[in-house]
Amino acid sequence: MHDLVIKIVESGPPFLEMIKRLKKHKLAITGLVIITALCFIALFAPLIAPHDPDKLHLAHRLLSPGDGYLMGTDNLGRCLFSRLVFGSRITLLVGFFVVAITSTVGVALGAIAGYRGGIIDEIIMRCVDVLLAFPGIILALVIAGILGPSLFNIMFAMSVIGWTGYARVVRGAVLSVKEREFVEAARSLGASDSRIMFRHILPNVMAPVIVMATLGMAHVILAAAALSFMGLGVQPPDAEWGSMLNAGRLFMRTAPHMTVFPGLAIMITVLAFNFLGDGLRDALDPWLKETG
Amino acid sequence: MTHYLLRRFCAMFFILLCVSIITFSLMHFVPGDPAEIIAEKKFGENVTTETVELVRREMGLDRPIFIQYFRWIAGVLQGDFGSSSSTGRPVWNEIMTKLPATAELALTAMLVSLVIAIPVGVISAVKQYSIMDSVSMVGAMLGVSMPNFWLGLLLILVFSVNFGWLPVYGRGEITQLILPALTLGTGIAAVTARLTRSSILEILKQDYIRTARSKGLIETAVINRHALKNALIPVVTVVGLQFGALLEGAVVVEVIFAWPGLGRLLFDAIYARDFPVIQGCVFLIAVMYVIVNLIIDISYAWLDPRIRYEVK
Repeated sequence: MHDLVIKIVESGPPFLEMIKRLKKHKLAITGLVIITALCFIALFAPLIAPHDPDKLHLAHRLLSPGDGYLMGTDNLGRCLFSRLVFGSRITLLVGFFVVAITSTVGVALGAIAGYRGGIIDEIIMRCVDVLLAFPGIILALVIAGILGPSLFNIMFAMSVIGWTGYARVVRGAVLSVKEREFVEAARSLGASDSRIMFRHILPNVMAPVIVMATLGMAHVILAAAALSFMGLGVQPPDAEWGSMLNAGRLFMRTAPHMTVFPGLAIMITVLAFNFLGDGLRDALDPWLKETG
Repeated sequence: MTHYLLRRFCAMFFILLCVSIITFSLMHFVPGDPAEIIAEKKFGENVTTETVELVRREMGLDRPIFIQYFRWIAGVLQGDFGSSSSTGRPVWNEIMTKLPATAELALTAMLVSLVIAIPVGVISAVKQYSIMDSVSMVGAMLGVSMPNFWLGLLLILVFSVNFGWLPVYGRGEITQLILPALTLGTGIAAVTARLTRSSILEILKQDYIRTARSKGLIETAVINRHALKNALIPVVTVVGLQFGALLEGAVVVEVIFAWPGLGRLLFDAIYARDFPVIQGCVFLIAVMYVIVNLIIDISYAWLDPRIRYEVK
């Protein structure tokens, strides 16, 4: 069994094998379906939203769900459903952007640290230690607060800390993979460092990165919503789920739907990424075990 | 062990040094002139250039940055974080008056999380793949995915707005602690339950469990006497590691429930651009975080001799 596992690992994670394992994971498929649906909603928001998300109808303030509006209206008479539909764009954008930046930087620095070793490794890993000394959201909160509330600033604030986790994991994986025979073989054949890195090492350390990035989406979406909820992210009138929830706080007695629906949207999205991340972890299990 | 401790302490001092530099530098990332912002806060919007310069000199902001840092860190080492630019009170006093509220909230939340997580995790592992296991694990996943600020609002909606059973905000009475602690504890419980489950499942595969079973022990004794004790070691570590999540969560929860703790103080300071308070809070939170992590690492090395030997 062990030999078989090593063979699979050495030939790189066969995509089909992983898909087969993932298909058996019902929750992961549920997550994938929800994420795909969300992407469609975000892409075709103008076609799906029944009303203009920013148009004020002061005569229709705080209507309950059903009164001509699927999810009711907010305190300014705007259609809540339309705002949620458009809000999915910001949520997914923040998630994809931050995960893309943090995973790229983290993988690059972690791979360099693990492959080069020595003083470069020391410097990169000490930077990681120092950044990990701050509880993530608190540092992001302070950075976003100091730079001023904006979408770009919360994305920047989350990226400053987010790469450290990837760097740590990739460094560990590279350390174990670079000692393996196939890397030795490539080197003895005269392969350059960059060829060894991109062709032989990186494909073999991608399994944990894929899992981390998927779970990272969930984490980033949650954190971004929290920052916006506290007034540091997207500013009104732009529709964003966290800031919509914050607006709903003041009308909990008269319009609880303003609190319920945006929160539900955040939870379903985060849940979908967590389901998929968990499923991927199980599907990629043999490669995760091999690369640590 | 001495060698290990020494190494860890050196690393900790290096990290704290860097943390202090970052914390100090935060003020200089502000777009605009910090002296002007402080002067505007003190004397109103229309400050003259002379006033700004006066504030700059008073606060030592005209000195080279490394001298400013040394002055700041020398003060910090003596417990002097400067004065709040909003209230004028020493930052140290501000923090110390808020710290007990956060500690009270965090400890109660931790207790709530353990009371939920350990039984759920144990039952899930022992009855693996049963309906109970699936329900608990989906529940745990919901707990991980649910934004705590939303949960807090929903609890307020149900228990305060609809039923009127519990107060919405404030601190002092035990009823005021219930909703914030529940909000903060549930998310932590979800993570701990998942870890307890996987930790016990791992232990149940061990040889000594097979031995215990093969000598005819009843399952309850196997779980209680052999599995649980060993499985709790990683759980204890995780609980320690949750300290960061607890502090992060506390900021949001304190904001929602107007809980007068450290998180609320930091949040208000960010909005008021009260730099000395921001620096003091961030530095102290980071120091607490680093020390707690060190304690966890040391206790882990103490519990598991393999770690000490590996380091040697």
